[in-house]
Amino acid sequence: MIDALTRYEFLQNAVAAVLLGAAACGIVGSLLFVNRLSSLAGGISHTVFGGLGFSLLARVHPLIGAASASLIASLALGWMSARKRERADAAVAAVWSVGMSLGLVFVSLAPGYKGDLMGYLFGSVLAITREDLALTALVSLASAVFLAFQYRRILAVSFDPEFSRARGISSGLLFGAFLCLTGLTVVVLMRSVGLVMVIALLSIPPATARMLTHRLPGMVVLSSVISALSGLAGIAVSWWLDLPAGASIVLCAGALFALVTASVRLLRSTAPVG
Amino acid sequence: MRSAVSLRGVSFGYQPGRYVLRDVDFEVETGGYTAVIGPNGGGKSTLLKIMLGLLEPWTGTVEVLGLPPARARHRIGYVPQASGAVLDFPVSALDVVMMGLPGGRSTKRARSAALSTMERLGIAGLSGMHAGSLSGGQRQRAFIARALVGSPEILLLDEPAASVDPEGQESFYELMAELNRTVTIVMVTHDVGAVSNHVKTIACLSTVMVSHGESLETEAVARAYGCSVDLVSHGTPHRVLGKHEGRGGND
Ligand SMILES: Nc1ncnc2c1ncn2[C@@H]1O[C@H](COP(=O)(O)OP(=O)(O)O)[C@@H](O)[C@H]1O
Ligand SMILES: [Mg+2]
Repeated sequence: MIDALTRYEFLQNAVAAVLLGAAACGIVGSLLFVNRLSSLAGGISHTVFGGLGFSLLARVHPLIGAASASLIASLALGWMSARKRERADAAVAAVWSVGMSLGLVFVSLAPGYKGDLMGYLFGSVLAITREDLALTALVSLASAVFLAFQYRRILAVSFDPEFSRARGISSGLLFGAFLCLTGLTVVVLMRSVGLVMVIALLSIPPATARMLTHRLPGMVVLSSVISALSGLAGIAVSWWLDLPAGASIVLCAGALFALVTASVRLLRSTAPVG
Repeated sequence: MRSAVSLRGVSFGYQPGRYVLRDVDFEVETGGYTAVIGPNGGGKSTLLKIMLGLLEPWTGTVEVLGLPPARARHRIGYVPQASGAVLDFPVSALDVVMMGLPGGRSTKRARSAALSTMERLGIAGLSGMHAGSLSGGQRQRAFIARALVGSPEILLLDEPAASVDPEGQESFYELMAELNRTVTIVMVTHDVGAVSNHVKTIACLSTVMVSHGESLETEAVARAYGCSVDLVSHGTPHRVLGKHEGRGGND
């Protein structure tokens, strides 16, 4: 594979996409996970399908359709759950199904060739372009800047909303910015693992990392590493066994999760009590 | 002396026509230490939220440090009722304390400010521990440190003794007395037995301000609690009154 890697640009791009996207994946995924909002990524990704359908119909670049749909979904979700964060659950369910249905309607209305859609639904990491890579790097950078500069505020509003209200921290702005980042991360990950499996890559690595650390920074770093490892392993597996890359990546993440769960259980049960 | 907290004729409710607070006057002077007792649902937490500017009263005026509450916010330390925090959240005790500082970045200055506050409360050794695995008493100190780290002039505590064992309560009240040398304290509790001997005034709130002064009017309070078993069996108000009067000579 190393040999192939030096020879084929598409393989290099695939590896670069996985590595560049790891930070966004780890940061956004961890923040979703600790706020019990992982399903939000699913809601956004299915709305992105609606945006893709629209771009087919209106004949604009699919990335533009995807990115605008993800931002609209993020802001709609933010608006619907602004009064009560606990309401996010119901808002997600609504946005999820409406977005998906819109996509199906647009696609059926659009004339001509629609074969490309499969790539967006199930991923096409081997068809990643330079544009995709640039967008991926940008989203990762934005996520890192957001976390570094808002770290304590993010912790405060997530850990104890009541207290942070009393401190005058504007959680609405923070939540809105985070939702937009989530939307863009979904678009970026759509290229590698596909819309259907985005939610897996945003929830499995943080869930794995959470078993290994009890602090958010550690969790972010670990889940970024885990998503990079799963990405690389998945690409290798799909290359050798000629399997779909997106599914292979998600299955590798799942395997890592199972491995860590089993090891942690084993260690706990053999550790001396007390 | 200037008032740290001053409420005049404050009425408030969550639903139209249903008063949670009715025509409440409440004054705490600078350097004061007031315990607010009252039955569950008596409006104590609501009173604190009005002092923080989180809720707007229907009628009446609220001043904290001579300002509208929302503008005095950064000079108030708040210890909310413990149930609000998400305990399995991946934060260390130090992270929790740093939440009390303005700004968003985890700077060296923020960390050292948080650490020195934790030292003052005797929990510096726990700084790396997962907040969710602290004991009730340790967690309470971390929450107090979070309230104190921004150097507030007023400390508002909502049921701070609820999750602490009796031994811990003793040292908790000593800590409060020590803090009171520099900070005005308003502490809310539904447990009359939990009121410490160090408090300077004690108020009883049950939608209306039943009484507020250096001692409790036992009968009025018993009426507010609907003849509470707690109150009668401990005879607490008398204890509070007695120790409080003897206190002046010791200080
Ligand atoms: N957010 C809210 N919405 C509606 N009613 C509330 C809310 N918070 C408190 N209440 C009601 O207001 C009353 C006073 O509550 P609270 O101030 O929490 O009392 P306390 O702290 O003295 O136990 C209770 O009857 C409670 O049910
Ligand atoms: Mg209360």
